Amino acid sequence: MGEVIVITSGKGGVGKTTTTANIGTGLAAMGYKVALVDTDIGLRNLDVVLGLENRIVYDIVDVTSGNCRLKQALIKDKRLEGLHLLPAAQTKDKTAVNPDQMRQLCEDLKSDFDYVIIDCPAGIEQGFRNAIAGADKALVVTTPEVSAVRDADRIIGLLEAADLREPRLIINRIRPKMVRQGDMMSIEDIIDILAVDLLGVIPEDEMIVITTNRGEPVVNDRNTRAGQAYQNIVRRVAGEEVPMMNLDEESGFFKKLKKIIGLK
Amino acid sequence: MLDLLKRIFGKDNGSKHVAKERLRLVLVHDRSSISPQLLETLRAELIQVISNYMDIDESGLEVSLDSSGNTVALVANIPVVGMKRTGTAL
Repeated sequence: MGEVIVITSGKGGVGKTTTTANIGTGLAAMGYKVALVDTDIGLRNLDVVLGLENRIVYDIVDVTSGNCRLKQALIKDKRLEGLHLLPAAQTKDKTAVNPDQMRQLCEDLKSDFDYVIIDCPAGIEQGFRNAIAGADKALVVTTPEVSAVRDADRIIGLLEAADLREPRLIINRIRPKMVRQGDMMSIEDIIDILAVDLLGVIPEDEMIVITTNRGEPVVNDRNTRAGQAYQNIVRRVAGEEVPMMNLDEESGFFKKLKKIIGLK
Repeated sequence: MLDLLKRIFGKDNGSKHVAKERLRLVLVHDRSSISPQLLETLRAELIQVISNYMDIDESGLEVSLDSSGNTVALVANIPVVGMKRTGTAL
């Protein structure tokens, strides 16, 4: 029996979809069987982040309304054997699925997969209620901004009200230099305010843009800061104890390069 | 130049402190689910109840939510103009 994890944030644009793609890819690379579910009906994006947009035949609404079987709608990843995507419908809206159908869908997926990762839409309306309906655990993504942390706080309250206790936090797009200068809230500041457990921190990294352009999750690239950060998060999701990354340190590649040319 | 030195030596001048303070205040209201309208109703009812016992300066009455650390307090500042004579004997 697998585990259903919903990835949510309240605010849009903080990195839910990127995080879903990377955690899913990372878990599949460890050998787990993973299903990714895009619940952002009408604004589907997980398919493009994974580079699977050309393979979609059926979507989540086809499954819940009985137009096709679950197995027919699941798209196999290009690179990883164990990774599958259930895409959102693009031409319908959030009311095309209801929480009961989502609960059933999660139950069905759980029996076949080790991890079911649900990409939640922004907002707190039906899309959010659908996404959390069948979840066992929740991860909240935020960035070090007033608006994103405020929305994360609201989401944490709503998750707890829905009995998803102790959600874990991912802080995305942190800029260590700005934190040092006192111009960005630190990890400690955010944890202090939200009072939840920290799952991981992802530093701002241009490689996210580059890998997303290509439709390849950054977690595959261990030489990038963001890739390493996601790798650590993936291992923590799988139950390993991994120490927090030192954000002040330069990336492995540049450190090595500097060593080679004698700068360090 | 002074700004630069301030930035280097005085960490308190970073904009994150503004962010934290604003966030803390906005969360006090978000978490309490008390709307400004509700606070206004509370204020009106407070006036009503307290007026039964003492004369108060209604225009000077302040009711607000405040946070310090992890606790939230309802702070009411109620200027009393005079006490009412109570009719209770003994």
